[in-house]
Amino acid sequence: MADLVSHPAEVKVVSKRFGKGAANIDRYLELDGYKAVQKALGMDPDAIINEVKTSALRGRGGAGFATGMKWSFVPKQSAKPKYVLCNGDESEPGTCKDRLILEHDPHSVIEGVMIAGLAIGARIGYIYIRGEYRYLSVIMEKAIADAYARGFLGKNIFGSGRDFDVYWHGGAGAYEVGEESALMESLEGKRGIPRIKPPFPAVVGLFGGPTVINNVETLASVPPIILQGGEWFASLGTPKNGGTRLYCLNGHINNPGVYELPVGFNLLRMINEVGGGIWKGRKLKAVTPGGSSCPILKAEECDIAMDFDTLMKAGSMLGSGGVVILDDQTCMVKYALRTIKFYQHESCGWCIPCREGTDWLKKSLTRFHAGAGLKKDIDNIQYLAENMLGRTFCALGDAAAMPTISIVKKFRNEFEDHLEGRPCPYDPEAVTQQLPVLAGAH
Amino acid sequence: MRFSDQLETRIATMLTHYPVKRSILVPTLLFVQDEVGYLSDEAIAEVAKRVELTELEVRNVISYYSMLSLKPKGKFNIQVCTNICCMIRGGESIFDHCKKKLGIGHKMTTPDGLFSLEEVECIGACSWAPAMQVNYDFHENLTAEKVDAILDDYKRKAQQ
Repeated sequence: MADLVSHPAEVKVVSKRFGKGAANIDRYLELDGYKAVQKALGMDPDAIINEVKTSALRGRGGAGFATGMKWSFVPKQSAKPKYVLCNGDESEPGTCKDRLILEHDPHSVIEGVMIAGLAIGARIGYIYIRGEYRYLSVIMEKAIADAYARGFLGKNIFGSGRDFDVYWHGGAGAYEVGEESALMESLEGKRGIPRIKPPFPAVVGLFGGPTVINNVETLASVPPIILQGGEWFASLGTPKNGGTRLYCLNGHINNPGVYELPVGFNLLRMINEVGGGIWKGRKLKAVTPGGSSCPILKAEECDIAMDFDTLMKAGSMLGSGGVVILDDQTCMVKYALRTIKFYQHESCGWCIPCREGTDWLKKSLTRFHAGAGLKKDIDNIQYLAENMLGRTFCALGDAAAMPTISIVKKFRNEFEDHLEGRPCPYDPEAVTQQLPVLAGAH
Repeated sequence: MRFSDQLETRIATMLTHYPVKRSILVPTLLFVQDEVGYLSDEAIAEVAKRVELTELEVRNVISYYSMLSLKPKGKFNIQVCTNICCMIRGGESIFDHCKKKLGIGHKMTTPDGLFSLEEVECIGACSWAPAMQVNYDFHENLTAEKVDAILDDYKRKAQQ
């Protein structure tokens, strides 16, 4: 459905079967499909985990936690069944890569789930797909059924004497469910409210059993690691940041699209070379490097390697790989407002700093953008956002606060411009909602 | 209340996938909504019975998920994304265009029951922005002209 793009700088590992009809099981088998899981069946579970550790694969959902390490936290013995969960609740604004994997290569996800299962000693895996992606559930349902029909899933997989079941599970619209413990709640048929941690899912997860939960892209990276080796995968990226990533290049560029590039690829090259440069002959103003929750980078900060550690040092995050590129005509107050409007809508309301914080930030930014802000509001927005950090069960509160803090810090002048040029000096027509100055705000 | 044979089979199959009945709740509610048109009192009571929960517990879950609806929607539900990537490539004017064209606002339905309109959060079409979904179908790289053609297409479909 979604258009595929291509660029010579790409290194195709996860996307190597895109556009090749690999949702068909025969085609998948022709393209080395299900070889990795058969190899893994002959391996010791610790050997699988060590291979993934060697690969320096880190979670592609956003947190960037070392995948092999995560798997090793699962206790060997457990009275309760263990589970593998694949997180396909892709909904971080800016991110549309898992959609392509599920559409073009669903069997690679099934295979990744199976290998994770063999590594931790689980025999059931669930692939959670967000409700909006119904066409992908249809593709996945068929892929799973085909795998059962061939004896790759179910009892005695590949004649190994071992059993493994995989099911897909559908969501019904909720960003918050992308958080691992909220996803488990949702899969248990409840509201997607995050759980307190510890205990972590590796010990007490789905249905109370030890659970490994990984992003779609993470799991789709596992079969090539098993087949071609962890060292090979690690060598594609930068130290401690193995492999390639599907970077979603979005926004004000000439050739937006999802490109697979080595982890650590330079951001400016990504924009100018791969993405074809800023559109309409304009200049770069700022970039959100890894989905809406990541602190913003100013144009002069964009000559940077896109890996987890380098971005962390620069005060931002690699996140989910959703790169949002903004040209010099973008109003940063409006951008901050739209971002917070999203988090306000998606906050589950369980933790008060997030529920109230996102709401007040939305109100303040709306008023500000409409030209009714006060100078002290700039500091108030900052103060409010900072007080959300680290005070919630899950990361949604941080995800809302971090971009807001960074935009106020780095583009304070634009907030000040709104006071003088009211309503919005950048795009006056875009102001659709006027809010009165709150009583007592002076 | 009995659902279509296809949905009854699906529910029966789903029940074998989990150690607890309740797990089928969220996907089942969405499938039921697709079939009935919305989550009617009768449908909620039926689902509650199937998963052995009270209606109140089921309603508590429904209120959390943005796709689940207690009210009927139009035959074609237009969901325009205005989140950051769509916004910066004209998503808001696409939404305004839809409002004018259909004569309705956010979460409203045309009098003929054909179209509903909704401003939605990120639908995962960021690299092909601006984008919208009509029911489950994605429409991407939108312009006002493209939207006109798409809506006319659905109108024709409805007449067939």
